[in-house]
Amino acid sequence: MTPQAIVMGASAGAVEALSAILPALPEDFALPVLIVVHVPPAQTNALVPLFEAKCRLPVREADDKEPVEGGTIYFAPADYHLLVEQDLTLGLSDDPPVLHSRPSIDVLFESAADAYGPGLTGVVLTGASSDGAAGLKAVADAGGVALVEDPDHAHVATMPHAALKACPSARSARLAELASILIAMGSR
Amino acid sequence: MSRVEDIEIELLLEALYRRYHYDFRHYSRASIKRRLRQALKQLDYPSFSALQDGVLHDPAVLPQLLDYLTVQVSEMFRDPTYWRALREKVIPHLRTYPSLKVWIAGCSGGEELYSFVILFREEGLEARTLFYATDINPEALASAGRGVYSLERIKAFTANHQEAGGKSSLSDYYSADYGNAVFDQSLRDRVVFSDHSLVTDAVFAEMQMISCRNVLIYFDRQFQDRATGLFRDALSRKGFLGLGSKESLRFSAHADAFSPFVPDEKIYQRRDA
Repeated sequence: MTPQAIVMGASAGAVEALSAILPALPEDFALPVLIVVHVPPAQTNALVPLFEAKCRLPVREADDKEPVEGGTIYFAPADYHLLVEQDLTLGLSDDPPVLHSRPSIDVLFESAADAYGPGLTGVVLTGASSDGAAGLKAVADAGGVALVEDPDHAHVATMPHAALKACPSARSARLAELASILIAMGSR
Repeated sequence: MSRVEDIEIELLLEALYRRYHYDFRHYSRASIKRRLRQALKQLDYPSFSALQDGVLHDPAVLPQLLDYLTVQVSEMFRDPTYWRALREKVIPHLRTYPSLKVWIAGCSGGEELYSFVILFREEGLEARTLFYATDINPEALASAGRGVYSLERIKAFTANHQEAGGKSSLSDYYSADYGNAVFDQSLRDRVVFSDHSLVTDAVFAEMQMISCRNVLIYFDRQFQDRATGLFRDALSRKGFLGLGSKESLRFSAHADAFSPFVPDEKIYQRRDA
């Protein structure tokens, strides 16, 4: 199955982990990258300008009903869940927090697994939560690729551990290796 | 792979529409699917087909299912900057009208309704205003009419109210009762509660302000256009429309009927017809 999209989830230690991956993605990277980071409610997601300055790909806050575009990095807005619709447009919701989090990694991963099936790759990074575990399992169950940051080298190992436990078939790797895997996947 | 599930969900939504005229067919499907999966688990049905059987034959199932499909939990004065913008930029315009009608569309449990009434009381406009609070879920309307919220939630409401430039203390408006805050009956004196659907019902009055926040994100484009068309028709000349912080009229078929008034807060003004 040709790779179609990448979803990523991170919590505590997210900026450092994402800084090892996102700026490494080349200009001609073909896939959309959809990201949920647990951030406190705010009007605009501060991660967007931060990574815009560091990345070669366009970085945006996800807009409701926006068609997903390849070679673009989308962050979920603070205080809203981000979902992917069957027609590959983005959706937002203010449904209650899942595992105390809104946006929730599980919500993004599960909806994206429904929309992309085996074309999806899910990546769970550092964090002190179990969010992302059920989502990564959904990605794998739909035939997609499941990746986890190596818990022994993660800033906070809780989230990678939980993801590996829920989804034992997931491959765990250090940040630099994860970046190489994604680059290979998204080269045109 | 989940083809069967998708078929079942479509049939269930069709059944809800044909039997009860609740139309969720053009709601954002990913959110609806998530909510239906929760309902399936909590209501303990083996499949969506079984749930469909339940909803068609057992009248007790519909209200339970509606709770999963519609109920939003909000906060009073959620997004304080929105309320501050209303107070500082919209209220001065509304003040010039001898009488006002304000529509809270999709009022759910009433948090936003009470925020409006308190804001208008603080600004001395309550006595000349009629508030319409509408929702499609009768249970939500009943709960909005009670105005009872857990005391645990009041701390956040109070912080929002102060951040929104509140001129009074939120505690002036409720009394504590067994872990709950019971909001004062007088706040409902100028409120009309009504069952109303943005996708199947018509305009019912001419409004100077409509607030409909975090409702449109659950609709597909077709339903969004239906709803924004209603708002266009319901608003008086120069009337105001407030949307949720991540909603906009950018993709709406009726975008031309409105001009941005406080763009950052998604407050629009009806253009001259």
